[in-house]
Amino acid sequence: MSRDVHNGPTDEFAQARGTAYSHDADAGEESIEIQQLPLDSWHRARGGRMVPFAGYEMPVQYEGIMAEHLWTRAHAGLFDVSHMGQLLFSGPDVDAELETLLPGDIKGLGDGRMRYSLLLAENGGIHDDLMVTRLGQDNAFEIERGAFYMVVNGATKWDDLGVLREHLPDEISINHLDEQALLALQGPEAVTALERVVPGVASLVFMTAAAFEWNGNPLWVSRSGYTGEDGFEISLPGDAAEAFAEALCAQPEVRPIGLGARDSLRLEAGLPLYGHDLDLETTPLAADLGFALSKRRREEGGFPGHARIMQEREGGGIVKRVGLIVEGRQPVREGAAVVDADGTEVGKVTSGGFAPSVEKPIAMAYVPVALAAPGTRITLAQRGKVHHAEVVQMPFVPHRYVRKGS
Amino acid sequence: MSRYFTEDHEWLDVDGDVATVGITDYAQSQLGDIVFVETPEEGKTVSKGDDAAVVESVKAASDVYAPVAGTVIEGNAALADNPALVNEDPEGEGWFFKLTLADAGELDGLMDEAAYEDFVSKL
Repeated sequence: MSRDVHNGPTDEFAQARGTAYSHDADAGEESIEIQQLPLDSWHRARGGRMVPFAGYEMPVQYEGIMAEHLWTRAHAGLFDVSHMGQLLFSGPDVDAELETLLPGDIKGLGDGRMRYSLLLAENGGIHDDLMVTRLGQDNAFEIERGAFYMVVNGATKWDDLGVLREHLPDEISINHLDEQALLALQGPEAVTALERVVPGVASLVFMTAAAFEWNGNPLWVSRSGYTGEDGFEISLPGDAAEAFAEALCAQPEVRPIGLGARDSLRLEAGLPLYGHDLDLETTPLAADLGFALSKRRREEGGFPGHARIMQEREGGGIVKRVGLIVEGRQPVREGAAVVDADGTEVGKVTSGGFAPSVEKPIAMAYVPVALAAPGTRITLAQRGKVHHAEVVQMPFVPHRYVRKGS
Repeated sequence: MSRYFTEDHEWLDVDGDVATVGITDYAQSQLGDIVFVETPEEGKTVSKGDDAAVVESVKAASDVYAPVAGTVIEGNAALADNPALVNEDPEGEGWFFKLTLADAGELDGLMDEAAYEDFVSKL
């Protein structure tokens, strides 16, 4: 048997099997030294199968991806996402300065409010996707009110830091919180479990954040996530992460969940993954992320790629990211071609796999806009075999975020 | 009936000139949840090392090679509706295909159970 194709956050997923079979690293090996995160030994003690990912050893699964995925949809799953970059920005007019790189309304964010945004390149391509939060007086980072907290992808954080440092004025301080752990607790029972451990979190609503304390440790808790479920992301000092993870997993609703299920959950939720569904070649509109461009910013501009993005908006674009349900049972994965009637490649599958909650293979693909309407039948080619799929509205599984007033 | 193993984590049960082929318990445990298996068509001739089947887990697709040369006489139809059989009973009900051996001599290069267990223990 051999590893052939796969879909996951990076090639390093291949090593979930590759190393296990052979112990010699194959695809995706990086020359940089693989580092350990604060919860490393905790994952191993819980049976996590560790694989190199984004420069760190990370758990791809514990009991199995399918069971972990379904557990998260029904109860609460604990994800270690400490590989992600946590950054603080402070200084004069920091919100206006961030707006020179991000197309969202950052000035309009209230204290403890957060937004999904994009770090854009000059040509309108995407350096990274991220979450940005305005900090109030009471925050867990001992920083002044009006500073910003940002979470960026692990595999891109060093490049992002370069871009940010290069373009932001020297008066803006960027603090990379590389001693902080980041945990995500996701699922319909996440609020019940976390409220028991950290009283008060239930008062948060989707896309808001606040400071809490646990055993004398400052926590920064946001009601957000990457699974489509209700849930929280908790930033805390790395040296407290193990005890806190243990306290969460002591709750009957909570089990640790690996990166494998994180990927299948986000795919079902229709959420794009940087490096796969988004990259420097994709623009926000093609990626169907128009919501990240707020009205004021579209009109005013002042962010990289504004002219090109507005042009694309007028012209309707050429390709668009869509969701696909694949006929049959065989998954169609990243790299498969979208083909026209003559078999000519007209698009690409950027994520794909078997969806445990949908019980069907699903995918995300960039297709010509003429083929992007829900209900359109699409032909795919993968490893010499033709598959058929239908364009569907995403998410594949309804989001269950707990919004204000709900 | 003798059972042989390959370094690619396949097993073969040989009965006369017919071999039943599947993947080992170790292989299924490494693959994780199996969601799709494509078995070869009846009548397909394969050389040793040819791609003979595809097994897909939630995460990845893997090829299963023909451990010996031969002609396929049957694919396991049960796997179409229940690919999880490979996880549940990899070295029994979860078999992949049967073939008639082209050259029984090819079996000499394969491992027996004890040798395979030893091989896996060193991984």
